[in-house]
Parts: sequence; structure tokens; C-alpha cells
Amino acid sequence: MLTKTLGVFALTSALVATQSVADGHQIDLSGKTVEWIIPFSETGGSAKWANFYAPLLSEALPGNPTVVVTFNPGAGSTKGANAFQEMTYEDGTTIFGSSGSTQFPYLLSDPRVRYEYSDWNVVLASGTGGVAYLPPALSTQLGDGGDAYALQGEDFIYGSQGATRLDLVPLLAWEMLGLQVEPVFGIEGRGDGRLMFERGEANIDYQTSSSFLSGVTPLVEAGTAVPWFSFGALDAEGNIVRDPTFPDMPTFKEVCEATDGCETSGEQWDAWKAFFVAGFPAQKMVFLPAGAPDNAIATFTEAFAAIQERDDFAEISTARLGVYPQLTGDAAQTAMASATDVPQEAKDFVINWLSDRYGVVLQ
Amino acid sequence: MEVFATALPALNDAFAMILQPYVIGYLILGVVMGLCIGVFPGLGGIAGLSLLLPFMFGMEPVTGLALMVGMVAVVPTSDTFASVLMGIPGSSASQATVLDGFPMAKKGQAARALSAAFASSLFGGLVGAAFLTFFILAARPIVLLFQTPELLMITIFGLSMVGILAGRVALKGLVAACLGILVGTIGEGASSGALRMSTYDMPYLVDGLKLVIVGLGIFAIPEIVALLRRDKAISDRAPLGGGWAEGVKDWWANKWLSVRCSLIGVVVGVIPGLGGSVVDWIAYGHTVQTAKDKSGFGSGDVRGVIGPESSNNAKEGGGLVPTLLFGIPGSGSMAIFISAVALLGTGSIEVGPSMLKNNLDFTYAIVWLLALANVVGTIICIAASGGIAKLTEIRFALLAPFLFMIIAFAAFQSRQDIWDLVALFGIGLLGILMRRFDWSRPAFLIGFVLAAPAERYTNQAYQIGASRFRRGFEEGIDYIFSPIVIVLIIITLLSVVIGLRQAKNIQAEGAVAAGSKRAPVIFLLAITTYIALTYWNAAIIPDFARMDRVFPVFVATVALIGCALLLVQMMRADETSAIFGDREAEEADDSVHGLWPTLGWFASLLVASALVGFILALAGFLLLFIRLRAGKSWGYAAIYTAVGIAFICAMAWTLNRDFPPGLLQAYFDLPWPLT
Repeated sequence: MLTKTLGVFALTSALVATQSVADGHQIDLSGKTVEWIIPFSETGGSAKWANFYAPLLSEALPGNPTVVVTFNPGAGSTKGANAFQEMTYEDGTTIFGSSGSTQFPYLLSDPRVRYEYSDWNVVLASGTGGVAYLPPALSTQLGDGGDAYALQGEDFIYGSQGATRLDLVPLLAWEMLGLQVEPVFGIEGRGDGRLMFERGEANIDYQTSSSFLSGVTPLVEAGTAVPWFSFGALDAEGNIVRDPTFPDMPTFKEVCEATDGCETSGEQWDAWKAFFVAGFPAQKMVFLPAGAPDNAIATFTEAFAAIQERDDFAEISTARLGVYPQLTGDAAQTAMASATDVPQEAKDFVINWLSDRYGVVLQ
Repeated sequence: MEVFATALPALNDAFAMILQPYVIGYLILGVVMGLCIGVFPGLGGIAGLSLLLPFMFGMEPVTGLALMVGMVAVVPTSDTFASVLMGIPGSSASQATVLDGFPMAKKGQAARALSAAFASSLFGGLVGAAFLTFFILAARPIVLLFQTPELLMITIFGLSMVGILAGRVALKGLVAACLGILVGTIGEGASSGALRMSTYDMPYLVDGLKLVIVGLGIFAIPEIVALLRRDKAISDRAPLGGGWAEGVKDWWANKWLSVRCSLIGVVVGVIPGLGGSVVDWIAYGHTVQTAKDKSGFGSGDVRGVIGPESSNNAKEGGGLVPTLLFGIPGSGSMAIFISAVALLGTGSIEVGPSMLKNNLDFTYAIVWLLALANVVGTIICIAASGGIAKLTEIRFALLAPFLFMIIAFAAFQSRQDIWDLVALFGIGLLGILMRRFDWSRPAFLIGFVLAAPAERYTNQAYQIGASRFRRGFEEGIDYIFSPIVIVLIIITLLSVVIGLRQAKNIQAEGAVAAGSKRAPVIFLLAITTYIALTYWNAAIIPDFARMDRVFPVFVATVALIGCALLLVQMMRADETSAIFGDREAEEADDSVHGLWPTLGWFASLLVASALVGFILALAGFLLLFIRLRAGKSWGYAAIYTAVGIAFICAMAWTLNRDFPPGLLQAYFDLPWPLT
């Protein structure tokens, strides 16, 4: 089977290769090995995402280089990102995959950050979404449109990876809804948070879209969990709209509007939205290092675009990535800009909130 | 009988899937690859699976599973080679095997120890698979019963094994375990991210030390250095007759022990969040506690090999439960396994809560592929063990540089940082001194391994418990003292009492004569100083991050009290007391070379790596070591060096790894492998 699969790879890739050479402006990577650096361990969501794309990328790049995913974990991904910052473009054989956990410390002026997004060259931006859910006993207390008012006296426990990580988005959302949520820190992944919910120790949780589909949907079917709201998705004008993966769920914005005391304007809302935009619609991005020439950027951009034009892309990607935009070219540029260029007021608000609420001082 | 009605058809389908020639062929291929990688300490399933990942995309599910399961399954089997022959714990699955396996190898019984270990592994794997076949259907609600307080109690139960392994002076064992815990808390706190014994100026320490480095440093380096100083072979006498057949007989004679330890393995493996780190210690503790004659443990009792080895393969099977049923990986290799399964075929197998309902046949296929891989792997290992055991008869000066090369390479895989080597050397030095002054190294390692779960579950149970108490006193009590917790408390207390009563008989690392007073006292004072420093460092963590402060402060307090009591005892006791154990006294006669010159060789490898990069430094090291220390000709040394470098490069190239760069590489761009 192995040889057969590889044979098919070689065949399709040969076709792609002939097309790209005809364009003339691409870099040729034949016989080379492209190293895709992931600043996390082999076990996280970024590894899944890169492992999904790596064989497809190898097939789509001119010359069909081997694409290997290498891992450089440490210090919540800031170590790997700092190392990438030190690199300069050589021959297009090094790319870097960042995640929301790389973006947040950058936005919050974490002292460990020595990297600068604007030096890098984005060639792909992958989005995702998130869903908050409750145990059935609590979800029946929700009012119309997900109104959280009746839950404001409840003692909530939430298994969290840390208030400065992506968890910042749900934690701030729940606080805006007036919920008393106590995060239990020190869990190692969102899967552990879900397990804590299943054991009945946590009574509120959120999962990113793909984990929700695989991990929580069976619980929903069994009646032990009820989805509450999705964080939503962005439309072309930058408005929060319903998540296309979960069109039947209200967004956080709708729930907030339905709940007394929760405002969808003002500095708190702006801060939440800014960090949501930074963390979800462009959560994972692929970069070429500083100094990459235009033809290299074009080569990778076209390769990622070609992957999405595969006939089977919808089929193979839905389970792994969910139905989310995989942006290339100008769209990726725009997504990166909105994900990394957060207004100073939003940053200040979140930094203050983290120190008041959780005593986290980023120094 | 409903269970059978669901299980049997799916089981039937599973066997129909597995028992096809090409599936078995891929399984054997996976097993062979796993063995090749697993015999190297520190390189386990993670390295192997990463290697396979690129091929998984779109592969037919059964063949892909056969390949991957074959590779994962044999790692806890194959790493036994390193544990028994060299005293190197290859992975967390074989920490306890070192305790009796390595002394057996030194006594010329390497083949016997290996085959007893493999027979136990095989049996454990099969018991695990059989148990799982039915248990997996009922597992979900049972696993969910294990909430945070239960997990905390199991961790404490694991820690209570220190009682048995504490050595002749129980207090020293306790302090060693506390020291291990404190080393385990180095870095960013899990709760609020406060820094313990580290600064952002030294990013390496912020993430804490990894098990590979601590395991290699605390066990392997001291043994290698001690053997090198003697300058003979590992085995100090001619190999005993009987060889591998005798080991299998040993296993048969202890088959009930093997059954019990297999069940311990599969049950502890099932519980998510603890993984393999405690299983073999609990199995070892159980073995010692239930044995009638305990005098041989630690100096080569075959039962000390059979117990942990029966449990560690069974644990792999148990570990499938959290992985497949909850989608929560029990170990790093299982995490890659999950993402690899998603790449198979059309991606229709979704590991997680729906696995039982939609893919029960695949679930069983995985369980029994694992069992089958165990059988294949064990047969290969037993067949090879007689030959590989001959390594223990080679003059050690010829083996050591090669071992150091592999250990350094393995350690470097931890973080791919030159600091990995510095940490390895530092921990190695601590290990050498602990061995010399008879401080229990197993106790230290248990402490280190369980530090993170102990702290995490303590904090979490406290937080969730407090929330339950706010709701009502009864609800809080029900949460903290569930029936499972109470049973575990009783077992733990019994185990501590029995353990302490017997600890004096069990010299986990052999008998040690006492020397003079001065050196042991200086070592104790040095340890006390470090612990005091940790105490101070943790105590200044500000209030908002108090969750990161409480645990190290508590452990350091216990350790300081222990140190103070030891000092008092040392002042009172006379020179021959066990408290002044000093191996140097007896080994000095035996050793041809001094401690510091021997260490100097490895320090120079470290310094040279920092200057010119690992490969160039290694080439120089191998050449000079074989010529000067081993006393071979320049020609011999050159060939040895060439073979060694070629070997390590081939391995790194296959696994797609780099070597530590030095100062030279910062100024010049060199081609791989010199980068």
C-alpha cells in the first residue's frame, strides 16, 4: 500500500510541477527538504494542523520537495518564534507555523517576546472558531436567546490552560455576561478541560471548533452537554456573524445583547473583539522568514492556494480543520494585520484586567 | 450477556482485519523499526511515530494502524536492553527495571534478566489485551469516577513507594525524594506562571528539566563513570550457564506475581493523567511487599525485573482507554498516534468519544494489534538477547565513548539546546554524589517524576473542593472523601507502614560501607543549602501567584526538617554508622582511575561541543579517548571514530534531527552534520 500511495503522490505532483515551471517566476525546490518549524510539541493542535498540510504542500510545491515538520517547543512557543526571528531567508526551505499562543504574548508585551510579526512574510492564514457549552441542568436556566441572567449566582468552575493564553477570550466573555467563573489552572490541553467537564468537576467549558465536533458532539447526542454559543466568525467587513460551521448556534454577540448588563460596545467589548480576532479567525499562520524575495512568497502562496483547489479538499479538510477560511495572498495579509495589530486601548484594557482579576503581571 | 453480544461480532471483524498476511507484514515492519529506535535510550515512540507520519496520509487504515501500533508496542520492550545491560532507564516504562536488572547483568546474568523481562512483558501485554477487550465496553463511566482527589491520591500512593526504596537510612530517602520533587518544580509554575529557581534570562530553566535528562543523569552517568573507573567489562564474572531459558523458567515460577502486576499495569494505565510514570514503581513496590525473602532486592533479584516488566506492557494497553475513548493522549507518543489516525484513509476514524459506537471493530483491531506486536517483538528480543548480552563482556573503556555519544544525542533531543548537555552533566554529577554517599536515587527519581502531578492535583483538588464547600458542607466532603479516595488512603497507609518496617532489609542499590565523617557531612550541607535556597526562592513568590508557592514551600520545609534531623544524627553517630555510607571507601581499591580525571573526559566533550559543535567535538573525543584512555593504536582509534560518527549521523539523518551547534557555527555556515 505504501508504494502505491507514494506512486499516486508522485504522479499528481509531476503534473503540478510541469504547470508551475511553465509560470517561470517560481523558485524550484526539487531535491530539497522544506523544514516547517512548529514552536510547540509534537502533541498539540498546531502539530495536527501542520501534519495535515505537510504532505499536501509537498505535492503542491514546484519540484516536490520533502516537507518535514520539526518541533521547537518551549516557553509557550515564544522560544521557537524568537529562534525564527533570528533566521534570514536562504533558499525557501524554512517556514514557520505560528498559533494564537504565539500571537497573544506578542500582543500583551510578554517580556520573553523578541519577535516581530511585521518582519515575516505570511503565506497562509487558517481560521477556526470556538463553542462554549454547559451541563444540561444549567443550560435549561438560560433565558431567551441564551440570556445568562439566571446563571449569575452560580459558582462556575472552568479547567483553564492559563489566563494569558487563548483562554483569555472565553474568560473575558463569561465575565462580561456576569458569570462567576473560577478558572482551575494547570491543565495541559483543552482535552483535559473537557474531561474535567465530563467528570462533573467543571461546569462550563469551551472547545475550538474541530475539538468540539469530535469531542463534544457525542456528549451533546448523549444529553450530557448542551452547546450555548459560538464565538462567531468575521464577515468581509469585519463584523461578527454566525459561525458557518455552527449556523444554528447564537454567537457570543447575540447572547451578550440578550443579557442585561452585557454591552456590545465600549472598551470592554472592543478589547474582547480585538483579542477574539487575534486568536480565532487567523489562529494559525505560515510564514517565510524575513527577507524572502517575492518569487518565493509567490511560490508558497500559490502552493497553498493550489491545495485548496483540490477536488477533495473540502472532504479531507472538514474533519481536521472545520469549515473555515484558509486564506492566502492579500486575504492572508489582511488577516495577519487584523490579528497582530490590536489597538493600544484594547491591549491596555486586557493587561489591566489580567492583573486586577488574576494578578498576572507580564514583566 | 449484552456485553458479549456487542463484543463478539466486533471482535470477529477485528480479527478478520488483522489476520491477513500483508497486515502482519506491516506489523512486523513496524516492530522491527520500533526495536531499532527503542534500543536507544531516550528515543522512543515519539521519534519513531514522527518518522512514520508522512506516510500515513491516505494510507489504508488497517495497514497504517499495524505499522504504528507495531512501533509503539515494542518500545517498552526494547528499552529493557538499555535498562538491564547498561543501567540506563530508556524511558519512564523501565525506570524500576534498572534496580534489579542491572545488578543481574553485573553478576553475569544479563541473558537471564533479559529473557525474564521479555517473557513478563509478553505475558503482561496479553493479559492487558484480554482484560481490555471486555473492560473497554464498561470503561467510560469507571474512568469518569476518577476525579481530581482520586488522581491526587494515586499520585501520593506512588510517592509512598519512596518508603520501600528509601534505603538503609529512611530519613535520607525522604530528603532525596523531596529533593527530586523540588528539582521537578523548577521552572514556570503550572498555576500562575510564577518562576521557581529560574529566570527569564536563562530561558532553558523556565520550562523545567525533562525526564530524559534527569533519568539519564541520575542513573546512567554514575554507573558509566563507576564502570569506567574500574576499567573492566560490565559483568565482573563469566556468564552463567542456562542463559535465556532460565529467565523464562524464572518467569513461570513467578507467574502469579506477573498476573498481579499486569493487572496493576492495565488498571493504572487506564486512568488518564498519570500515564506510565507511576506504574512501574507501584509494581515494584508491590513485588517487594508481597515477597517472602526480601534480602536480594536491589542487588539482583529476578522478581524485581518480572514485576515492573509485567506491568509496563500491560500499561500500554490500559493507556489505550483514555486515548481511544476520550481522545486524551496518555503519553506523547499516543498524542502523535491520535493525529496520525486522523490522516489514515478518508479520515473517517475519529479517535474520541464516538470510537466505541462507530468504530468498535477498529478499537479491537488496535487492542489486538498491540498484543500481537508484543508477541512478535518479544520473540525477536528473546532471540537476540543472548547475543546482545555479550555486550556486558566487552571491556567497558571501548563501550563507554559510544554510550556517551548516544546518551548525549538522546539528551539533546529533549530541547535541542546545548544547555541540554549542561543539564545532563550537572544532574549526572548529582547522581554520582548521591550514589557515592548512598542517597536513594530511585527515591529522587520518583519525586521528580511525580512532582508535577502532585502539585497540579493538589492545587486543583483544593480549588474545586473549596467551590464544593461553598455550595454545602456535605457536598464538599462527598467530593474530597469519595469511597475510592478512602480505599486509596488505606492502601497508602498500609504500604507506608509495611514499607518502612522492611526498608532496612532492602538495599535498593546494594550494601555500602561507611567511610570517614567529613565527605558525607559536606554533601549533606550542600543539599541543605540548595533546599534552603529553594525555600527562600519560593517564599518570595508574591501573593497573587500563591498557588505556585505553597507546594514548593511545603516540600522544602519537610526536607529542611529532614536535613536538620540528619545533621543531629550525624553529630551523635560514630564513624561506622550507616548514615556515613561512602562508596568511595570501597571502590577506591577497585578503581584504576580517579573520579575527577574520568569526569574530566566528559566535561571536555561538553566544552568542546560548546566551542566547535557536537560532531567535531565528538570526533576529537572518540579519537583521543580510545587512543589515550583505552590505550589502543591510532589506527584502531581512527576506525572506531569513523564508525561512531557514521552511526550517529545515519541515525540523526533518518530521524531528521540536528546536532548541538557551538560557537564556531555562530560565525561560519557549515554543511550538515556540522551545523
